[in-house]
Amino acid sequence: MNDIDYKKIIKDGLWDNNPALIQMLGLCPLMAVTTNVINGLGLGLATLITLVASNFLVSMVRSYLRPEIRIPIYVLIIAANVTVIELLMQAYFHDLYQILGIFIPLIVTNCIIIGRAEAFASKNNIASAWLDGVMMSIGFMVVLVILGGMRELFTNGTLLDQAHLMFGEMARNWTIHFVDDYQGFLFAALPPGAFMGLALILAFKNYIDARQRKAAVLPVNNAVSAVIK
Amino acid sequence: MKKDRLQDIGVSAAILALFGFVSVLILALVYAQTETRIQDNQRQALLKQLNEIIAAERYDNILDQSVITLPPTAFNTKRAVQVYLATKAEKAVAAVFMITTMRGYSGAITLLVGVNHDQTVSGVRVVAHKETPGLGDKIDVAKSDWIQVFQHKSLQNPTAVRWAVKKDQGDFDQFTGATITPRAVVATVKQVLQWSQQHFDELFTAKKMINHE
Repeated sequence: MNDIDYKKIIKDGLWDNNPALIQMLGLCPLMAVTTNVINGLGLGLATLITLVASNFLVSMVRSYLRPEIRIPIYVLIIAANVTVIELLMQAYFHDLYQILGIFIPLIVTNCIIIGRAEAFASKNNIASAWLDGVMMSIGFMVVLVILGGMRELFTNGTLLDQAHLMFGEMARNWTIHFVDDYQGFLFAALPPGAFMGLALILAFKNYIDARQRKAAVLPVNNAVSAVIK
Repeated sequence: MKKDRLQDIGVSAAILALFGFVSVLILALVYAQTETRIQDNQRQALLKQLNEIIAAERYDNILDQSVITLPPTAFNTKRAVQVYLATKAEKAVAAVFMITTMRGYSGAITLLVGVNHDQTVSGVRVVAHKETPGLGDKIDVAKSDWIQVFQHKSLQNPTAVRWAVKKDQGDFDQFTGATITPRAVVATVKQVLQWSQQHFDELFTAKKMINHE
C-alpha cells in the first residue's frame, strides 16, 4: 500500500464503483428522500459527514480489528459517530439540524457506511480511506440530486423548490419554474416514481459504459481480423 | 492448545470491551458538553413555533413552562396533548394545544392549535406530518397559506355543522386530489374548540393551574 492510486479511488467513487449505481447500497433512504433536489442534497451532505468520519476512524483502528469481532466494532464506531454528529449539530448548528436532522437517523441504517468500512477503510491507510469516504459520498450525492431533480421536475414542474430551507432567505427565489401553471404529476413523487427514476439513471449509465466498452474493443477486433486475413 | 484458544478469545473480548468503553466515554463526554445548549436550542425552537400562534407581546409568562398535559383519552387520540397557557399580567390570554391526530392520509399529523380567551382561533400550524408531497402537504404553511383560514374562526363562525370541508357540506376548502388531509385538520381544530368551550374554566380561569410555575 505504498503506492496509493488516488486516481482510481476518485474514479471508483464517482463512476466505476458508484455506491448507488454499482454497489446498490443505501437505496432505501435514497428512494424515500429524493422527492426534490434540496432533500437529495440534504441526505447527500449528511452522508458525506458521517461516511468521511467513520472511514477515518475505522482506518485509524484497523490494526486492532480481528476478523471475528470486526462487525460489532464497525457498528459501535458508526453508531457512536452518528450520535456524536447529531448531538454536536443540535448544539452548535441547530438551524442546520432542523433541516438535516431527519436524515441523520436514516444514515445509521445506510449500508454504504458499513459497506465502505468493511470493503475499504479496514484495509487501507487513513489518507486513502478519507479520500474514499469523500468520493463515495460525492458519487452518492450526485445520484441523489439527479434523481431528486427528475422527480421534482415531473411532480411540480420546478427545480430547487424550498432552497431557502437550506441556504437561507436569499435562496427563496432560486426556484426555477419550467412550466407555468403545471398540473402536477403525483406518480413521480410516490415510490414508483423513485424506482422508475433510478432505473432510468442506471440504464443511462450502463448505456454509456457499454458504448465505451465497444469503442475500446473495436480496434482490437480490427487488429485480430487483420491477422486472420 | 486449548489454553491458546481461550487466550485468543480473551484478547478479542478485551478489544471489543475496550472499544465499547471508549465509545461510551466519548458519547458521555459529548452529551455532557452539549446537553444544556441543546435544551436551550429546543426551547428556542418551541418558543418560535408558539410565537407564530400567539405573538410574543401578547403574553408575559414563561410560555414553554406553563404547560399542562392532557391524557390522550381527552381527545380520543393516541398521544398525550400538551396545552401551553399564555397569560399577561396574571390574566389568561390564550391556550395553545399541541395535538396529534391519526386521521391523516399517511398517519400522524401534529398540530399547534391556539385558542384565544374569547374562544376564537388564534392560529393553527402543522408541526410534523407525513402527507403526500405536492397534495396533502399544502397544510404546511411553508407550502401554502391554506392553514391561515382558521384564524379568527370560532364555533359560531362558521356554525358547528359547517366545520367541515366543502365536500362534506362544510365551509373549508379541500385540496384538489386530497380531501382526507384537510378533513383531518378541520376536525382536529373543531375538536380543540369544543374541548376548550367545555373546559373553559379549567383553561382560562383556574388561577392555580395557570400560575403553577
